[in-house]
Amino acid sequence: MQFFFEVLIGGLLSGVMYSLVALGFVLIYKASGVFNFAQGTMVFFAALTFVGLQEQGLSFWMAIPATLLVMVLLGLVIERGVLRPLVNQPQISLFMATIGLSFLLEGIAQIVWGSSARGLDIGIQDEPIQWISDRLGLNVSKFDLSAAAIAAILVAVLAQFFSRTRIGRALRAVADDHQAALAVGIPLKQIWAIVWAVAGAVALVAGLLWGARNGVQFALTFVALKALPVLMLGGLESVPGAIVGGLVIGASEKLAEVYLGPFVGGGIEGWFPYVLALVVLLFRPEGLFGEKIIRRV
Amino acid sequence: MFYREAGQFKTTYLADSAIFPIRQDRIGMAVILAIAFVVVPFTASPYIFSAILIPFLILSLAAIGLNILTGYAGQLSLGSAAFMAVGAFMSYNIVLRVPGIPMLVAFAGGGLCAAAIGIVFGLPSLRIRGFYLAVATLAAQFFIIWCLTKVGWFTNYNPSGVITAQALEILGYRFEAPAAKYLLVLCIVALMALAAKNMARGNIGRKWMAVRDMDVAAEVIGIPQMRTKLLAFAVSSFYCGVSGALFAFAYLGTVEPEAYNLDLSFRILFMVIIGGAGTVLGSFLGSAFIVLTPIALNIFVHFLDNSVGLHVPASAASNLEVMVFGALIIFFLIVEPNGLARMWSTGKEKLRLWPFPH
Repeated sequence: MQFFFEVLIGGLLSGVMYSLVALGFVLIYKASGVFNFAQGTMVFFAALTFVGLQEQGLSFWMAIPATLLVMVLLGLVIERGVLRPLVNQPQISLFMATIGLSFLLEGIAQIVWGSSARGLDIGIQDEPIQWISDRLGLNVSKFDLSAAAIAAILVAVLAQFFSRTRIGRALRAVADDHQAALAVGIPLKQIWAIVWAVAGAVALVAGLLWGARNGVQFALTFVALKALPVLMLGGLESVPGAIVGGLVIGASEKLAEVYLGPFVGGGIEGWFPYVLALVVLLFRPEGLFGEKIIRRV
Repeated sequence: MFYREAGQFKTTYLADSAIFPIRQDRIGMAVILAIAFVVVPFTASPYIFSAILIPFLILSLAAIGLNILTGYAGQLSLGSAAFMAVGAFMSYNIVLRVPGIPMLVAFAGGGLCAAAIGIVFGLPSLRIRGFYLAVATLAAQFFIIWCLTKVGWFTNYNPSGVITAQALEILGYRFEAPAAKYLLVLCIVALMALAAKNMARGNIGRKWMAVRDMDVAAEVIGIPQMRTKLLAFAVSSFYCGVSGALFAFAYLGTVEPEAYNLDLSFRILFMVIIGGAGTVLGSFLGSAFIVLTPIALNIFVHFLDNSVGLHVPASAASNLEVMVFGALIIFFLIVEPNGLARMWSTGKEKLRLWPFPH
């Protein structure tokens, strides 16, 4: 039973890491209807830029704002250079453009900073917390718990941002209906630029945590593939959905690998989340928290 | 001027519904086929056959398959490489386990297996739509490749999980020379492209397009949604399956399941989108673009290296290729979101009017 809880908690905490990546997808999809496949590469780009800047001699606290600046600029450039010329095109064209974008970013990041794998230290050790293992006998990683806390803070901040600030309300209006938002005088282009900048910032947070955990290397771009089933399960346009989806996927994936994996030869982590999400979608075609699509003829 | 159908009268319904109703098209098609079947086999070098022409044709076939599903029936799929893998591994097993079976029957069998799997993974499309469906097809991609890797039967219990395709032999003739393989692939692709074109402009194709444009409305006017969508999945997977079998037997020879990874799926989707969704011609144009661009970039980098003396380190060169490839994709999507096939039809329009402005 104790082992079960340990796996469960480990899964839940790693699920939070998936949510962090999924959050970037949700932000952009919500505000502009673009399924941004390049989010995974943006995570990689942010982590690599951060490590690269540190290697140039910047201190930890200097490198964070510098990378943030780079990511915000990157978001603005993407919005201006890729998205705006493609306004009003079918969604699939936009989706393909973001796949092209992910190739482009991969190339740029590796040409500028080199393609060798590097470690990233954000000062939190990946070791079990003594206090909990003494009291409950469970091994909970300090790093995972901190990551979960950071994700929780990020979600709280974003939720406040969406519901309380002027820009946040404008964002929600745009998400609801582009034309109606334009009609009441919301500057659409500005809003999209802001969303991309925020998505860049979220990518930075995800990049720092993922980079610290797995090292900064090319494989970091594949976190996007981990985030996709999270998105489907939670619903493409729901911030809470991304969190819940991440927790469900993270926990079930680890439990399945431990309890189901040995019977079928292991390695099921790659497809299990997708099949799980698929089964959920069969019952709720828009995910758990996604907006109902009403089809009229 | 050059492309004018004035004076070409159609006097029968048969002539009116012909596949190429305009004379210029017929002549153009005949010239292309003559070049492909007669001129190329005698002039091209083995390198061109095995590095460019054979993969181009095979991937065109896969692109036609995906185009049927995505372009005509409107169901976005990211799992086409997995269906190619099913075709390849099942063809291998059919040849292995059924002694004396003709090669082409084995290919068709592989295609049919892929079609069956395609129907299974197409079932969710009845409820799930758009990007949700696209991500759901990723389940097919990861699950099938995992299955082929883990279940030993598929690879004949080869410990390294690799299959070596049997020699291509039809009616006692062994297709070994690149030119012979090319001709075989060309025949299969040409026939299947013709079939796809005819399906697309016939009864089935119109049903697919109706479902693509609005499935609820299509159902209201009496098009059975389930049968139409599943048929699209089956036909598309059949094309992908045959293409995957050719990929293993005529191109790579030795394949592992990982050869049919997500990357290949994306490349095939790129072919469809860049070539033009909902056109058979676009599948060929897109495939040519995706196959040729990396080769051209590679040659360009070598040219920089040797002639200009600008040395590019190997790692930077590969990154540069990826970058330019990504940038070109974005560029083409911005310039012509409807694909290269649309460019060709605008070109035809221009040729028809030239030299007059209207």
